Amino acid sequence: MTLAIDARGLRKHFGRTEVLAGLDLAVPAGTVFALLGPNGAGKTTTINILTTLVRADSGTALVAGHDVVADTEEVKRRISLTGQSAAVDGVLTGTENLVMMGRLSGLGRREARARAAELLDRFDLADAAGRRVGTYSGGMRRRLDLALSLIIAPAVLFLDEPTTGLDTRSRQELWSVIRSLAGAGTTVFLTTQYLEEADRLADRIAVLDGGRIAEEGTPGELKARIGGDVVELRDADGVLLLELPTDGSVHGLRAALDELDRAPAAAADGVAVSIRRPSLDDVFLDITARNAAPASPELQEAK
Amino acid sequence: MTTTTLVRPRIGAFTAESTFITRSFLHSVRDVESGLMAIVLPVMLMLLFTWVFGNAIDPSGGYVDYVVPGIILLCAGFGSASTAVSVANDMTTGIIDRFRTMPLRSGAVLTGHVVASLARNLVATAVVILVALLVGFRPTATPLEWVAVFGLVALWILAITYLFAAIGLAASTPEAASGYGFILLFLPYLSSAFVPVETMPDWLQWIAENQPITPIIETLRSLLMGTPMGDSAWWAVGWCVVIIAGSVAWGAWLFRRKAGHR
Repeated sequence: MTLAIDARGLRKHFGRTEVLAGLDLAVPAGTVFALLGPNGAGKTTTINILTTLVRADSGTALVAGHDVVADTEEVKRRISLTGQSAAVDGVLTGTENLVMMGRLSGLGRREARARAAELLDRFDLADAAGRRVGTYSGGMRRRLDLALSLIIAPAVLFLDEPTTGLDTRSRQELWSVIRSLAGAGTTVFLTTQYLEEADRLADRIAVLDGGRIAEEGTPGELKARIGGDVVELRDADGVLLLELPTDGSVHGLRAALDELDRAPAAAADGVAVSIRRPSLDDVFLDITARNAAPASPELQEAK
Repeated sequence: MTTTTLVRPRIGAFTAESTFITRSFLHSVRDVESGLMAIVLPVMLMLLFTWVFGNAIDPSGGYVDYVVPGIILLCAGFGSASTAVSVANDMTTGIIDRFRTMPLRSGAVLTGHVVASLARNLVATAVVILVALLVGFRPTATPLEWVAVFGLVALWILAITYLFAAIGLAASTPEAASGYGFILLFLPYLSSAFVPVETMPDWLQWIAENQPITPIIETLRSLLMGTPMGDSAWWAVGWCVVIIAGSVAWGAWLFRRKAGHR
């Protein structure tokens, strides 16, 4: 299987802070890959290194088959980046933004205009094509931002928190666009804080913690890895009273139920018990909590 | 799996530059307020100096002939200062990161800002000179000397615009960029633009004589009014070239180093 991103041992310091401590990534071509992590975990730094904006202190990274340091130009010809802040020109109209990007991507004047019209249609911006982007809503800016990244369908598309700050509807629209891109052969590498987003969108997920990949796999694999179902106890208003993880065996479930018998809350009126699959939130909290403990003494030793 | 992804074709030699120049022109044309201020402020200053202060400084009534070269440079400063804000804006909106992840020459986006600034400022300069003629400015320059005047003004605009572009890259926010720009706009007041250097205190004379504005003013004055040139033209061109070279090098270094501030 060809890899769209093949990074090994990436390290990066900013001052005395170690942001990446030997990051390895292998992203198969044509898939959607989500990088999860708490704020400040180094998600944006990872994207900046992979998109040639920042150089790693050490380690190597191949993107679309080319080295990000030795072969910067070839990488740049095959990628697009949609960063955290919508990188659109607010003074220009939607059409002018797209035509500008088309010209910069090597299209002729006429081609650039045709492509702009096509993308405005596809992203439901045709009505606003002649308006200055400064007057667009947040969702429209994001859609235009994504359209700008797709003038030339890139081999690898980087999305840094693509739906942060969007309402539910705009978010779901964006998700369906991202899915269709992957179907057409583009590899999508996205960072997100929303576990639901990773769950719905990504073929594979990696959790970044302490500057390394703490856990990686399909959403299903990650959920399976932390064990079995979770027994939940909720009161009449649906407020969560108690959560008991099980190891997935009948014995484990019985043990959880025994524990419920001893819990005073379980005896109250209207209290309901249910069993659910672990969510990605459970996985995320489990991984980051597990790593929090050993990570801090290591850091202190390093100083 | 069938793939429809493409590789960006290589772009023509000056496509990036011409695209960014078009972009910056559109910005200039649509920012009517800045454009208007860049013309109105120097014109108001000129009227202020000729009608309000002029007779006190030079009761013979010839002050307008003395002050116009200074007003022209002041005007160039006002107009170029907005370049710092435009560049800083590009850095903060993240659009610069998009350009930096494309296979483009790194300076192309700055070239767009600089060319637009040059065009804007030359228009403003022409307007200022026209108004000056209306309020009694009587230059003695020959056509060739006029060409030299516009040549030197263009060189100064380029120098100060490149400097402002670099300041825009270095500043952390557009507001800070605008603040730094304000400091630079003080330079003409500490030169021979408004009063002869000899009337200043000794320590200030030293500053006035050894800063770039004074030789440029003296050269313009000599071309326009026939005052003695001395070696000021060499100093004027030299200063401009040094400022351009320094700013371009500083700007290129900043541009490579800085990912957009987020």
